[in-house]
Amino acid sequence: MKSLTLTVNAETVTHVIEDRTSLADFLREDCDLTATHLGCEHGACGACSVLVDDVLTRSCLKFARQCEGQTVVTLEGLQDDADMEVLKAAFHEKHGLQCGFCTPGMLITARDLLLRNKAPSEDDIRDALSGNLCRCTGYAGIVEAVALAASRLK
Amino acid sequence: MKPANFAYLRPSSLAEATQFLAADADTMPIAGGQSLIPLMNLRMATCRQLVDLSRLNDLRIWSESASHVVIGAGVTHAMIEDGQVPDPSQGMMRKAAHHIAYRAVRCHGTIGGSVAMADPAADWPCILLALNATVIVTSVSGERRLSMDEFLKGTYETALKSGEFIRAFEIPKLAATARTATSKVNRKTGAFADALCAVVLDGQDARIAIAALGTRAHILKSASQALGSKATVAELHRAIASDIAALLPKSDAYLQHLHETNARRAIAEVTRS
Repeated sequence: MKSLTLTVNAETVTHVIEDRTSLADFLREDCDLTATHLGCEHGACGACSVLVDDVLTRSCLKFARQCEGQTVVTLEGLQDDADMEVLKAAFHEKHGLQCGFCTPGMLITARDLLLRNKAPSEDDIRDALSGNLCRCTGYAGIVEAVALAASRLK
Repeated sequence: MKPANFAYLRPSSLAEATQFLAADADTMPIAGGQSLIPLMNLRMATCRQLVDLSRLNDLRIWSESASHVVIGAGVTHAMIEDGQVPDPSQGMMRKAAHHIAYRAVRCHGTIGGSVAMADPAADWPCILLALNATVIVTSVSGERRLSMDEFLKGTYETALKSGEFIRAFEIPKLAATARTATSKVNRKTGAFADALCAVVLDGQDARIAIAALGTRAHILKSASQALGSKATVAELHRAIASDIAALLPKSDAYLQHLHETNARRAIAEVTRS
């Protein structure tokens, strides 16, 4: 057990952790940031998506210690983000969620797409979200929500 | 789904990384970790020491000469997808990179990690075999150069010895007139391939590689020869069928049809006028 310091949502945090602690467990258990959800813990479901130095990251596929000194942003850290506000409203309007478990990962992945592609087609949206599993909606509402957000952010 | 404990080491240079790997035989290098960490979480992979190569800038470099492009092993799929590195392949690598897993995985997974993992259905071993790339491996004893054919041994099995890791790939540049194509069958976007084919046609030189069949990527030898010598379509299709049949451990009508169809699709793309 050694201490680890990194920046999470613009705050410097230090916790004593095992080397095997995943970034996801570090965020949830040590930082009490529970918007990051753990579904599969092997990179299949996308619910744990966060940003590490602005790069889209599955926090179950990163050891916390690998991110020493780097900047991690979770959904909590995007509360005042203009793009995220538009996405959240679109998810609300288009019924982009039911139980909400996949939603943090969907939102972070969708934001990453919209930053890289200002006018995504439906195929682009489905392709970008293909690594994020939803077991409620059948995806139609999620895809419509991302398309709506894209049209408003253009 | 938690890995067994290990000691985490982050070297600050390639030399230090080779020393860490040489010091204890029960040491694994980790690059992007997008395949290794799931295996560690499932406890299919364990080690006493984990050496993190993911932040070594010396692995995230590339260079270009008149005849070759050298791509560092730590270059991610996303860097290739986004065109950040020079392309020796007339667009094939960039296009193929986009179809590996998902963007979050592509942002971390590396070309070197993929080849070192040697999943029989992975994209890069197949593509780099078709491109006739050379693998440059390093250790405390110095560097070795291997062809992709020498490097790939079997399922998750390569010519890497204990203490070695891939530093870079040297990839011959194709002529501007060369044609390339890949074709992949998978049941879900981002999933590993059920059938994978990469084709390079550079003048008389043709290389057709397939993966997700047997234990590693292979060149379809007689089909490559047929393609390079401008054989008829019927001759080419017969060569594909016999090469694939020879790679199947036992006769399997479904796999035979799947891989033949997939290979024909890729080849049709390079022969289309």
